[in-house]
Amino acid sequence: MKTGFSVFLAAFVALGASWFGLVYAPLEQLGGAKQTVILQTSDTWPLQRTGDATLGLQVYRAAGCAACHTEQVRQTSVANTLILTSLGGHPPGDFKEFLKSYLILPALNNYSNSILDNLEKWDGSVPVTLYAGDDAAVVSTLTEKLKVAGIKTSSGLVAGGVDIARGWGVRQSVAADYLYDEPIQLGNLRAGPDLMLAGVRSPDVNTQLLHLYAPRAVLKSSTMPPFRFLFETRKAGSTPSPDALVLPKEFAPGPDLEVVPTADARHLAAYLVSLKASVPLYEAPFTPVTAAK
Amino acid sequence: MNETENKAKQCGCSSDAPATACEDSAALDASCRVPLLALFGGAALWLVLGLLLGLAAAMSFHQPDLFADCACLTFGHAQAAANDLLLYGFAIPAALGVGLWIFARLSQAPLALPLVPVVAAHLWHLGVLLGTVFILLGESSGYAWLEYPRAAAAPMLAGFVLIAVSAVATMGLRARRELHPSHWFLFAALLWFVWAYSSSNLFLLSGHPPRGVVQAIIGWWFANNLVFVFLGLLGVGIAFYFLPQFTGRPLANTGYALFAVLTLMFFGAWCGIPQGAPVPAWLPALSAFAAMLSVLPVLALAILFVQTAFGGNVKCFGGPLCFIRFGMVSFVISSVLYLGGFCPQGSRVLEFTWFNFGVTQWQLLGFIGMIAIGAIYEILPRVMAKPLPFPKLAKASFFLFAFGIVFYVLPLLIGGLLQGRKLADATVPLADVNTGVLLFFRISSLGQALLLLGSLFLLLNLFVMTIQWKLGLVKAVIAAVKAPLTTQEVKS
Repeated sequence: MKTGFSVFLAAFVALGASWFGLVYAPLEQLGGAKQTVILQTSDTWPLQRTGDATLGLQVYRAAGCAACHTEQVRQTSVANTLILTSLGGHPPGDFKEFLKSYLILPALNNYSNSILDNLEKWDGSVPVTLYAGDDAAVVSTLTEKLKVAGIKTSSGLVAGGVDIARGWGVRQSVAADYLYDEPIQLGNLRAGPDLMLAGVRSPDVNTQLLHLYAPRAVLKSSTMPPFRFLFETRKAGSTPSPDALVLPKEFAPGPDLEVVPTADARHLAAYLVSLKASVPLYEAPFTPVTAAK
Repeated sequence: MNETENKAKQCGCSSDAPATACEDSAALDASCRVPLLALFGGAALWLVLGLLLGLAAAMSFHQPDLFADCACLTFGHAQAAANDLLLYGFAIPAALGVGLWIFARLSQAPLALPLVPVVAAHLWHLGVLLGTVFILLGESSGYAWLEYPRAAAAPMLAGFVLIAVSAVATMGLRARRELHPSHWFLFAALLWFVWAYSSSNLFLLSGHPPRGVVQAIIGWWFANNLVFVFLGLLGVGIAFYFLPQFTGRPLANTGYALFAVLTLMFFGAWCGIPQGAPVPAWLPALSAFAAMLSVLPVLALAILFVQTAFGGNVKCFGGPLCFIRFGMVSFVISSVLYLGGFCPQGSRVLEFTWFNFGVTQWQLLGFIGMIAIGAIYEILPRVMAKPLPFPKLAKASFFLFAFGIVFYVLPLLIGGLLQGRKLADATVPLADVNTGVLLFFRISSLGQALLLLGSLFLLLNLFVMTIQWKLGLVKAVIAAVKAPLTTQEVKS
């Protein structure tokens, strides 16, 4: 590159190309995204948040919660799963023999080893996973055969992965989940748990408020700093506030004092409760537990 | 050696240069004095403040209750403000000042439009001040590296553009038309920042950001282009000017440099989308591919650096060469770690841990920070036409910075790795994961303290020099006022 212009041109083309690829193209693809439909229902997703929760997102942003918490769940697998829920009175040993007799069927033959492996260390208690894999035919065939013998099973699509095992999600997060997030708060550090299901894990606003005021009052091992600046400590007087937190003794500020959440705290709690990405979508399918047979 | 040669050597000219060239060089340095002082002084101050805020942020992990009643210094505020101070407050203005001086040197002409960068430096530092105050008050925008709200981002962008104008005008004055490799890197960096910063600010802070996850994609694109590509271009451009000067050998292979600058721009710009992000799959896949290709420029630069900076018989004991060597080693290692983070398997373990934070701090402090500080120690005596007031502290600050960075970053990397492995095992409760990291976090705070001490030495050198210079100006004015009028003037 001999002249300034050629350097300019090279930089212009290089950055321009990446701008088109990583800014313009995603805008075209996702910028006009609309609500999607929840699988096997006619409901739409995501719902616009309530006013309090929408304001709460701004408190979440302002306090920098995303510095320690992510709002994105990863999954590593999704499998057709068959779970044995009831033996219907048969002893476990008989059930095993009964099951073996069906494993020579052409639909099941290829999976006989993996199914028996699942029962290798089985102590006879239910529920137990009989099969988890790609083949839907295995699940349907076995369900049918076992049903005849009065043995109950539940089957469905189950997403797997560490985040899901930790209870942080029931499926991976996808672009559709963030339609109404402005600003989006994905986060990039897990100094605390992921919050994609915070509203499912503790749906009670008061628990959320208590956790914000004194994290160790809710979870002893918590390393979260308390957010007492979101609360007002004042004299209880003759008419205590109905909103005052019910605090365990060691976290209470003192006699005659009460802790009242500010508007910011209430909004933030409403936002946390609104985090419930627990519905199946086309790009993140799973069978919800309530819909299981 | 006669007196002229001696003087020539002092002001950085080769000894066989004629005396006039040396006078030119003195004029060149003098033209840079005020703009560079404005840029460097603010940068050193922000460095100290940024490290202090970083320590305050770390305190939230050592003592969770400490800032429970203090909204300003809660972790989310202090950490964001500290990161932005290190990048926007310290690294960018310091490197830009050095860049301006290099542009003047390569053109062998005084700085063009010397008042413009003075105004620009003040605009920039004003923006940083506003932005920091906004973050601490909870008015951050909520996007990583774009936390400063519009009111702060606008003066910063204006300041950058003004500095770029002065730099490009100076580049236009050059007598030798052929470009030096440093020109490629530094000139491209100027365009890079203006485009990336203005574009992402317009999209995200305009009041009508795009929907949902597109905001995050633009944020990642910007963060990658800022921290990896822009800082890379800036830092390597500076290093490739000074390394040949210090070792007395030309850049080992300009072909490699050309290859590196082109590949860094063309491939590096496509990294940035984390693997597994909740976006359409083609985006992370593209980034992973680009990251793999971006190893090429890093390798080329590593080879070039080793061939140019080592093997010669040049001693450095805490001098500027040490800083720049350390910076380039940091560039190579931190870039490889950064690019490795886009490998789908590795990212699964490391993506939400302190590891990535450590890599970013290494890029900011170990790479661009070290190179900028080394260059400041080299340039300052020339620009002010007098030696550093505390040269021993300057040398000591190299060791403080070097050990500080190692103690700061390595525990974060190792702790992050362990944290990632524990997070990937669902049977380990989250509380155990977090308490396991605390030990490493405590060690890293020791590194922060060392860095803070080193940055205080830098600040001391800069401020004493500035005050001496200002006192000199005042004395000159007083002397001029007190000087007896000559009879001739009284007559007329």
